[in-house]
Amino acid sequence: MQVTIEPISKVVEAFASLPGIGPKTAQRLTYFLLRAPEETARSLAEAITEMKGAVRFCTLCWTITDVEPCMICTSPARDQAMLCVVEEPLDILALERTRVFKGVYHVLHGALDPLHGISVDDLKIPQLLRRLEGESPVREVILATNPNVEGDATAGYLERLLRPLGLQVTRIARGLPVGGDLEYADEVTLARALEGRRSA
Amino acid sequence: MARPRLYRTPAVVLKRMDLGEADRIITLYTRLHGKLRAVGKGVRRTTSRSAGHLEPFTLVDVLLATGRELEVVSQADTISAFRRVREDVNLTSHAYYLAELTDLLTEDRSENQGLFLALAGSLEALEEGEDPRTVVVSYQLQLLSVLGYRPQLRECLRCTAPIEPGTNQFSAHLGGVVCSRCGSMEASARPIQTDVLKLLRHLQQAAGTTRVPSVPEAVSRDAELLMRDYAEQIVEKHLRTPALIARVQQATGAAGP
Ligand SMILES: [Zn+2]
Ligand SMILES: [Zn+2]
Repeated sequence: MQVTIEPISKVVEAFASLPGIGPKTAQRLTYFLLRAPEETARSLAEAITEMKGAVRFCTLCWTITDVEPCMICTSPARDQAMLCVVEEPLDILALERTRVFKGVYHVLHGALDPLHGISVDDLKIPQLLRRLEGESPVREVILATNPNVEGDATAGYLERLLRPLGLQVTRIARGLPVGGDLEYADEVTLARALEGRRSA
Repeated sequence: MARPRLYRTPAVVLKRMDLGEADRIITLYTRLHGKLRAVGKGVRRTTSRSAGHLEPFTLVDVLLATGRELEVVSQADTISAFRRVREDVNLTSHAYYLAELTDLLTEDRSENQGLFLALAGSLEALEEGEDPRTVVVSYQLQLLSVLGYRPQLRECLRCTAPIEPGTNQFSAHLGGVVCSRCGSMEASARPIQTDVLKLLRHLQQAAGTTRVPSVPEAVSRDAELLMRDYAEQIVEKHLRTPALIARVQQATGAAGP
């Protein structure tokens, strides 16, 4: 006999709706929490709620931040003339680990994917354009989108869009494996890719 | 054709969708079994050997294991990566269009070797520098034809009179041309210029066997729009990819020649 206990299946469904979590993992996590001390479950719930209240997107670079503008955008140590465009906030973490890049970032929150309905206006492209027009300190834009078809299309589009603004537009070198996700790449590969960027 | 447990076929990658932590569902148009979906296990890891071979618009040789609902990709080797198409966003946006048309208009596991060849040939034509918009129109015609929606371009669909040069109309609803006299009675019909009609007839007859002719931009644009209307009427859906083509060309226009 199959018994569904409503409060449990609600949690299973919630976990299963997260990226990278299938129904089996969702079930495992739920039963772990069920058996764990009440404190474990409570602190998880509180941490999530607190995060949603405290964390927002930087309105300059659109990364995740708890202060506005973010630490990188306001740091005097960062070169405001160099702007690196990435798809996701996680890509910034990966690039920061290389310690090669000293400029600032712009997060697109995705890549062009017309077959799944992701178009120019669904990404932070209008915001990027606004940021670069007028009296912007930016002299060079480095396109660091993922080395797959969507990432290439996004970079190709941005190249055409930004060229008329008189900026130097470069693309990180494709030492990265084609079809992979930037966030899975190792530091050495990423550092080499940044150093080997070429004129786009 | 019955599918054995493990089989090899050339295929064009139409699209892909992330699944779980490291997998993808890949939609393929295969030569042997038409469109089918297959799971690529671990292909999002940088260590994956298949990843680069399963990018959209790649012509691949795949080894597939039969699954109940989805096949599983055992191995994938690139036959042609269409590098130029990949590196030039204008060509990429047209390749997206070819992929979307194919995906929307075809059924799963409905074998059609002619369509596979038309798709691979159209990607090859983009790669070879033929005019992208005209290549798309040529593919639209080939696709419509093999699926049984071949537009009638020679005689009026209402009165069967041969179509003469002049003021004719195209009806997406009827799937072809109506003469000037019948045009007024067909509410859905739109005017079709003689040059546009000539281009469509030429491409329909050539069926992808020759390079597409070079025509003024206005002619290929009108032809593409008419065929797009017709295709959208058939699937009762709006195509998403033409918007990207427009944005790319807008950006290029701003950049000057
Ligand atoms: Zn910021
Ligand atoms: Zn007539």
